[in-house]
Amino acid sequence: MYQKHLSIALAGNPNSGKTTIFNNITGTRQKVGNWPGVTVEKKEGHIKKSGYDLKIIDLPGTYSLTPFSIEEIVARNFVLEERPDVVIDIIDASNLERSLYLATQLREIDCKVLFALNMADVAQTRGIKIDAEKLSELLDVPVVFTIGNKNKGIDTLLEKAIELAESNYVIPIKRRVKYSKDIEDSISKLEHFIESLAKGALPYNPRWTAIKLLEDDKIIKERIQQKTGKNSRKILEEATAQRDFLVDRFDDEPEIVMTDERYGFIAGIIREVLTTSTRQRVDISRNVDLVLTNRFVGFPIFIFFIWAMFQLTFSLGVYPMEWIDSGIKLFSTSLAQVLPDNIFKDFLINGVIAGVGSVVVFLPNILILFFCISLFEDTGYMSRAAFLMDKIMHLIGLHGKSFIPMLMGFGCNVPAIMASRTLESEKDRILTILITPFMSCSARLPVYIILAGAFFGVRAGSVIFGIYILGIILSIITGRLFRSTLLKGVDAPFVMELPPYRIPMIKSLLIHMWDRSKLFLKKMGGIILVGSVVVWALSAFPRNIPYSINYALEMERVKTSFQTEIATAHEPEKAVLTQQRDLAVAKLARAMKAEHAEKSFMGRIGKVVAPIFEPLGIDWRGSVALLTGFVAKEIVVSTMGILYAADGNEDSEALKNALLSSDMTPLGALAMMVFVLLYMPCLATLAAIKRETASWKWMTFSISYSTILAWTAAFIVYQGGKIIWA
Amino acid sequence: MLLSEMKAKQTARVVRVGGNGALRRRILEMGILKGSEIYVEKYAPLKDPVELIVKGYHVSLRVGEAAQITVELVK
Repeated sequence: MYQKHLSIALAGNPNSGKTTIFNNITGTRQKVGNWPGVTVEKKEGHIKKSGYDLKIIDLPGTYSLTPFSIEEIVARNFVLEERPDVVIDIIDASNLERSLYLATQLREIDCKVLFALNMADVAQTRGIKIDAEKLSELLDVPVVFTIGNKNKGIDTLLEKAIELAESNYVIPIKRRVKYSKDIEDSISKLEHFIESLAKGALPYNPRWTAIKLLEDDKIIKERIQQKTGKNSRKILEEATAQRDFLVDRFDDEPEIVMTDERYGFIAGIIREVLTTSTRQRVDISRNVDLVLTNRFVGFPIFIFFIWAMFQLTFSLGVYPMEWIDSGIKLFSTSLAQVLPDNIFKDFLINGVIAGVGSVVVFLPNILILFFCISLFEDTGYMSRAAFLMDKIMHLIGLHGKSFIPMLMGFGCNVPAIMASRTLESEKDRILTILITPFMSCSARLPVYIILAGAFFGVRAGSVIFGIYILGIILSIITGRLFRSTLLKGVDAPFVMELPPYRIPMIKSLLIHMWDRSKLFLKKMGGIILVGSVVVWALSAFPRNIPYSINYALEMERVKTSFQTEIATAHEPEKAVLTQQRDLAVAKLARAMKAEHAEKSFMGRIGKVVAPIFEPLGIDWRGSVALLTGFVAKEIVVSTMGILYAADGNEDSEALKNALLSSDMTPLGALAMMVFVLLYMPCLATLAAIKRETASWKWMTFSISYSTILAWTAAFIVYQGGKIIWA
Repeated sequence: MLLSEMKAKQTARVVRVGGNGALRRRILEMGILKGSEIYVEKYAPLKDPVELIVKGYHVSLRVGEAAQITVELVK
């Protein structure tokens, strides 16, 4: 059957409940990607409704369409260039006045707009009543009431959207924002000018183009230059002339005057449609906030939340980790029994399963962490965290919002770096991206657990905590350093909404958690799989190693020498002798594997780079592990597993014992932890840095800075420690 | 007086939004315009930023930014 396609874009302020509505419409059939060329998350979903195939696009949440932030540019460009059939503007009913600002801007673009008046139930309890019919009439826009978190009104909303898409709707002139006479005169002069000079060349509404030129909109000016060629100079000159006239007339920039007038227009609408009861009501959210951002208990509560998040992530996560771990082991051993001994089996078990398995066990941690972060975001606590932390972050030269990506960095640097998109100023963004890798991500934790667990026993927890703190301190120093040198400049405005606290919807939490964890899984399926295979190949080849002794022959000799003794011995001694024989054989097998590792390609590379790591107290095996950690830091553990724990078991106890019996010292282990904390971000993080900064330069800079810092810090720890404890 | 000089729980009306460029426009777009009524909800525990209620919603500004806004106290 033929189905008509319609595209529907969802626009709206942050915290307007837009994402909830999007989740309700599309459910789990979402496609999360990026907007082309930029790194703002793009969410899309396809659904079928009344014989139509609807493509729903979730635009980034914005307060305005003034192209300041990437989000605003993306949202505006989509509406302008992709021309969706309908734009649904989701309006938070309890925030009508400010929401209408975006609405008036959408109306000016000349697209088909539909209002979803969301959460009117909440507004009502706050004493706000909206006359939707009047609003609809005044702006000549269909208005639908929705309650996103109760999934109410969504069907009607879609039906209305389809209806609007199919209608021949033209925005009546008189329903537009009307500016004061001088501005209107300039607009119409410029409008005619544009129409005569660039007829058809510009895909936008001429009035809108004129308004944007008067507002000195850089993007539109560039677009005019591209599209109208040599006429662009005349248009831009005329625009400048009109602008100068208005600046002179109002003694202020036209964009400021127009913002003012738009709000004036909105105030007129508000007077007609909004009734607020004067009765004072208990505002639960406000009372909650008085406690959570209280002068005395605000910070302790904040620290408690962060602590609780880490406890949940790392203590609760242990149980499913164990299940996954034993599941993988079971799978691996049963596979080992079924498959014949050959190189493919080795590849599958020691390369693919061992590599991916060592990472998949962190999935529970990641899921819990992202669940907590989504909880902070969806309840509205995240912006309070920024509110509390801004003063401190500002000392480092950062915005309170930078705290959010940095906090997420403890989970995984990849989504953390992506979260830096919420920062409006590019300098803030780059600085945040550069220091986020010093937040010790969960992938580095297993390395610490193994090393600290092996060498520091009961003090392992404190040592690991110290490593985390070191990362934070170095990020502060780095932040201050870069802020005063590389990234000097004005701070971005800290104009941040503090939305009311809300009870989160479990469905939204799960969707957010899953979206982010998917990134982790993708990284595992791709980069880490390739990485583990490369690491395996480097350590498995060459196949024929000239061993120093003939291990097979030696094992046979041991076996036969015990054979006769066991045969003649009596019961108690017999068991002891059998045990001794098995131990001796296992020892030979370990020695053979270790020699194989040493003489493999990996071992050879390790020996070449070993001199660089020697002053840090790290031997060639540690060096190899660190090199492979570039692929993903969790691989450091599995490589160490292959190189040290030569008893064929990836289990962490075995590795700890093997490390203890190697010549690594506690100080060397500490230096290695410091190095792992600081050295170059993993491949996936580098990819994220490249994408978010859109520059190879910053990525290369990040690699060199962090690696040099790591080496220096590890050197100080190891050599300094040797002097102190000598 | 300046917005930054207000104490918590005071109400004022905006007389002028100063500053320049993006900051000024962003402040205006968030509804802090000449004539808007502003209620100072509270200051953060470290005295910066400040939380305001304007047009029925809560917004926070740095004290330094609030110092760009001239207000007059409302009884």
